Amino acid sequence: MSIKEIQIPVFLKRTFNGRNVAISIPYLWLLLLFLFPFVIVLKISLAQPVIAMPPYTPLFSWGDSLWPKIQAGLDSYLFLFSDSLYIKAYLSSIKIATISTVLTLIIGYAIAYSIARAPTRWRGILLMLVILPFWTSFLIRVYAWIGILKTEGLLNLALMTLGVIEKPLIIMNTDLAVYIGIVYSYLPFMILPLYANLEKMDMNLLEAAADLGCRPFKTFWTVTIPLSLPGILAGCFLVFIPVIGEFVIPDLLGGTKTLMIGKVLWGEFFYNRDWPVASAVAIIMLLLLIVPIILYQKSQEKAIS
Amino acid sequence: MTRFSKFNVSAIIIGFTFLYLPIILLILFSFNESRLVTVWAGFSTKWYVELMQNQGIKDAAWVTFKVAFISSSVATFLGTIAGLVMTRFGKFRGRTLFSGMIYAPMVMPEVILGLSTLLTFITLAIDRGVLTVTLAHITFSMCYVSVIIQSRMSSYDDSINEAALDLGCTPFRTFLLITFPIILPAVVSGWLLSFTMSLDDLVIASFTSGPGSTTLPMKIYSMVRLGVTPEINAVSTILVGLVTAGVITASLIGKRQKQQLAQS
Repeated sequence: MSIKEIQIPVFLKRTFNGRNVAISIPYLWLLLLFLFPFVIVLKISLAQPVIAMPPYTPLFSWGDSLWPKIQAGLDSYLFLFSDSLYIKAYLSSIKIATISTVLTLIIGYAIAYSIARAPTRWRGILLMLVILPFWTSFLIRVYAWIGILKTEGLLNLALMTLGVIEKPLIIMNTDLAVYIGIVYSYLPFMILPLYANLEKMDMNLLEAAADLGCRPFKTFWTVTIPLSLPGILAGCFLVFIPVIGEFVIPDLLGGTKTLMIGKVLWGEFFYNRDWPVASAVAIIMLLLLIVPIILYQKSQEKAIS
Repeated sequence: MTRFSKFNVSAIIIGFTFLYLPIILLILFSFNESRLVTVWAGFSTKWYVELMQNQGIKDAAWVTFKVAFISSSVATFLGTIAGLVMTRFGKFRGRTLFSGMIYAPMVMPEVILGLSTLLTFITLAIDRGVLTVTLAHITFSMCYVSVIIQSRMSSYDDSINEAALDLGCTPFRTFLLITFPIILPAVVSGWLLSFTMSLDDLVIASFTSGPGSTTLPMKIYSMVRLGVTPEINAVSTILVGLVTAGVITASLIGKRQKQQLAQS
């Protein structure tokens, strides 16, 4: 008894020292609520769709009591590949994400570059003005565009009053509206890493190029752009990866023809109540994104250290 | 390079017009007498009055603030520890996985986070409600807090800690008396970011909430699906106003702190 009393504290002290406890608290939290959920999604994606059909009973259908009888199957995945809707939705998401990332990069670069080259005392306030919309609700910012873009909306009203167009433009519920919404919503995510990079750039290098007779435009292409590559990559990852699974923008601004995989997943889950298929959609999306996500993590770790 | 060039000025003006015009129009039309978006029929605050009588919105607002307050506080606690672990603990077993779990939720599409968290709650037989939304919000918010802390720690002067330790201060006391006060502004901005992200979230809340825990974004979303109305503009204006006031206050506090530091 007396030996135990001495031994336990020593053992406890070794395992539960401050360092280990500090590591394990956030570690266990993320394991349980971030990593473990993917195991569950994978498991459900392998369940038979038949058993998960009723909206409120799926858990009990493949719960412990029935689990041994059920064999894991790839039915949901086979279903995804047999129906062209899903493949089209994945391809369309990649297309929309790629085009909108390029558009955001061009617009974001112009703004980030201009802020980074502005007089020093202006930079702080300009940067703050870029960050401010980032703090305001995503949903509200997307909603704000509906009133502008719809057929009897403010944009058409303005253009028709000015006499630029005679008939209202149909922008709302098209892919164009989705592009506008994405570029608008994700612009701060692009500007911030670009600005952080451009602001630190050694101006002597640009002066050296100019001194040696390089024209400004060529200097920009051959010196500024290559030097800002880390910022460009970080910004593109921050836009491209979440846009692939974007739901709010295609749902509110896009039309019935706008196919995006995030919207399909939402529909499978909330309207069709087909959980195995929704899980399979998520797993395939994850496989598509795993490489960009790892590249993003590496670039961020490098940037911080 | 200290003057504005023509290109820079036009890029900034066009860029900021694009960023702000939609929000300004939204605010403007929340004071519109008419229900139509394109017709200005005079100034009116009647939509705000109507909003105050809408019990559904008030309930949703209360749920949202509760979730945002609790989740941002817990996320700040966990995220600060995670940020310190990443920057000050050197190598430990499973560091790569830990770093992956911190960066991945920041870019992971929300539909995936929402679906996976919900299915976990169902598997663990946790009833959907305020608790599940809060747990889900803590998980993604803590990653942002951690990154804010990490970038603060990258410019942290280690010699102060070493001095304290040399003088016989225990590691925990060193943290409490020295490190924490220094990184406090970063901790506060982490809390603010978590709070607004929880306030804004629609997708993850839609997956993880249950009956009786409808959040404000979910309520706004269901109203938006029925069409553009001045009530939505009014509730949006209030939210935008609150967040803007918060961000400006936070940055002023930060500025004053910097000035005090510079003076002392």
